[in-house]
Amino acid sequence: MKKFFPILGIITLALLSYALYEALVAAPTERTMGEVQRIFYYHVPSAWTAFLLFFLNFVASIQYLVGRKPGANRVANWIVIAIAVIVCVAAYVVPPPEGVERSAIATTGVMIAGIYFLIRKVFPGERADILAVVSAEVGVVFCTVVLVTGPLWARPVWGIWWAPGDIRLTSTLVLWLIYIAYLMLRKFSSSGNTALIAAVLAVFGALDVPLVYFSIWFFRTQHPQPVIGGGGSIDPRMMQVLMINWLAFLCFAYLVSWSRYRLEVIKREVEQAQGMQDLMETRAR
Amino acid sequence: MNFLYAAYGVTWLIHIGYLTTLLRRYSRLKKEIAELKK
Repeated sequence: MKKFFPILGIITLALLSYALYEALVAAPTERTMGEVQRIFYYHVPSAWTAFLLFFLNFVASIQYLVGRKPGANRVANWIVIAIAVIVCVAAYVVPPPEGVERSAIATTGVMIAGIYFLIRKVFPGERADILAVVSAEVGVVFCTVVLVTGPLWARPVWGIWWAPGDIRLTSTLVLWLIYIAYLMLRKFSSSGNTALIAAVLAVFGALDVPLVYFSIWFFRTQHPQPVIGGGGSIDPRMMQVLMINWLAFLCFAYLVSWSRYRLEVIKREVEQAQGMQDLMETRAR
Repeated sequence: MNFLYAAYGVTWLIHIGYLTTLLRRYSRLKKEIAELKK
């Protein structure tokens, strides 16, 4: 990866510049909101990237928890396979929400299982814990962008910065606070069980992600309907610009996460070396 | 228009701010490694 980092960095920079041009210049201007609607091209991809990172944090935390006992690991594998099968069957048995394809639901089920087993293979043991910290931290950065760009978009369109009591807005703020609490716990706890407690918090914290995502489907809210499924619609050219921006943000998130991952690995190695040095010094006395 | 540029500007400010903290942590770790090697 080290070898490809500069190449990927250049590609990401080019992609981000192109995405910025597409968002600010090439995308068509929305009729009712005007130019300010272009915030959408940063707001939505940031939210999707944050959700993805929190999902990775959730999976990595489960891996870390079940990886401590071989029996639990086996049970978890079967549960994940069962969930994938149930989602696939349900996609073709239960009527899907308006605008959502059955195949999309089935693919999501298979992908969840795929991501679970991929993470298990690539990040075994302690590495799952490192992935959990990294994805939470980078996810919080993207979630902060969502919480800042949202009010900047709402003020000229709704006439207010924040809609108090709105479930989408409140649940997103709660999500952000949960992961801030998670990071605080990791930073300031000196307990030997910090990773374990944090993993449990992450598993429960991740339950807020579906609430945030589906809140606009099931509750009355000031927030617009989703652009993919759920009754919302979008101009094909706008959708293209949205996807370009999301791809650019995904590449950027990957690069930042990889750098943070390396940092965490080195940090833990240094801590281990310092511990060994302290032990040797104590013995020498 | 002001809100649009503010949103884009703040987004990059947040990302650059986070990258700066990462760089700072890297340099602090480098110092710690150098001290350990002594």
